[in-house]
Amino acid sequence: MKNKPERLSIKNKGLLRIALTMITILSLVSIMAFALHEEKLAELPVTNIPVAKDSVASVEAFKKVYSVLMSPRCMNCHPAGDVPLQGDDSHLHTMNPQRGVEGKGVFAMKCGNCHQPTNTPGKNTPPGNPNWHLPPANMKMVFQGRTPYQLAKQLVDPKQNGNKDMKKLLEHADDGLVLAGWNPGEGRTLPPMSHADFKKAWTTWLTTGAYAPKK
Amino acid sequence: MISLNVNDQNFEIDADPEMPLLWAIRDLVGLTGTKFGCGVAQCGACVVHLNGEAVRSCVTKVSRAQGQKVLTIEGLSKNNDHPLQIAWNEENVPQCGYCHSGQIMSAAVLLREKPNPTDADIDQAMAGNICRCGTYPRIRKAIHMAAELNKKGGFAK
Repeated sequence: MKNKPERLSIKNKGLLRIALTMITILSLVSIMAFALHEEKLAELPVTNIPVAKDSVASVEAFKKVYSVLMSPRCMNCHPAGDVPLQGDDSHLHTMNPQRGVEGKGVFAMKCGNCHQPTNTPGKNTPPGNPNWHLPPANMKMVFQGRTPYQLAKQLVDPKQNGNKDMKKLLEHADDGLVLAGWNPGEGRTLPPMSHADFKKAWTTWLTTGAYAPKK
Repeated sequence: MISLNVNDQNFEIDADPEMPLLWAIRDLVGLTGTKFGCGVAQCGACVVHLNGEAVRSCVTKVSRAQGQKVLTIEGLSKNNDHPLQIAWNEENVPQCGYCHSGQIMSAAVLLREKPNPTDADIDQAMAGNICRCGTYPRIRKAIHMAAELNKKGGFAK
């Protein structure tokens, strides 16, 4: 009578040990997989826009978003320094125009002095938009040199994204200067996908939880 | 017809709205002090003021200037006595002279916004005005002189 429970107990302990080991291994694998592929970013300010969290879909969508934002048509006006970039090789803008406080240039070198409301015809002429400017000095919104993780983090942080919440971020896909990227004037390459595909990826990234790749 | 106000005078010109403002100023209004250099906003020879900003008239459509205030080198002063013009003369800045109406119009915006500019301010403001004669040191010197003249009671438009 005494031995039987002890034998059962030993068997139970063995099963329990195996179960615990398996749970531990599975947990570690899950954590490692999560850590290797994505990271949840800081929550965006609350809006009425529904979010269906899906880290895999979100990270996949952000890869597309990143390829567009780092293309010359977007990055050239989001430089790391205070001089815009120019051309498909993203060299420093000739004439060395400066950002200025409002992002619209300084003195006789204001953006709108050369960049007209519409594109100027011909190759190597200034592209145009009525609102041509860089981000302002107090909110530089740098793309140049950012890793996917850094850029994703920056894009959803209202202190770094121009005080944009989810609604404003979604709307930003149709901003006039964003759209200008797909109307760059003669002799400039387009972003790597259509604006419709970019907008779809942008919306998917945000509405699936705005996850970012780990790096 | 397009209504232009150039140097405080009104003009009605018969022009295609797409015509560069530079052509309207030179060929239709008849003021030839503003020069054509590159035609693609790269050199600064064609700078005029549009509502006080130093626009490049070779790429600015005349329609953008309709009903706005245009100021050319001819309107900068009544007697060629703007501090910049005096300083340019004193320092013998021009060599061939072709770029200098644009240079002076750009410098005028600088002095209006920064009455006592540093060398760095001058470099930033004038970086888009190219001088193939290389008169840059004299341009810088003349802008400093004009700033001093302004302090002594000149004017900056």
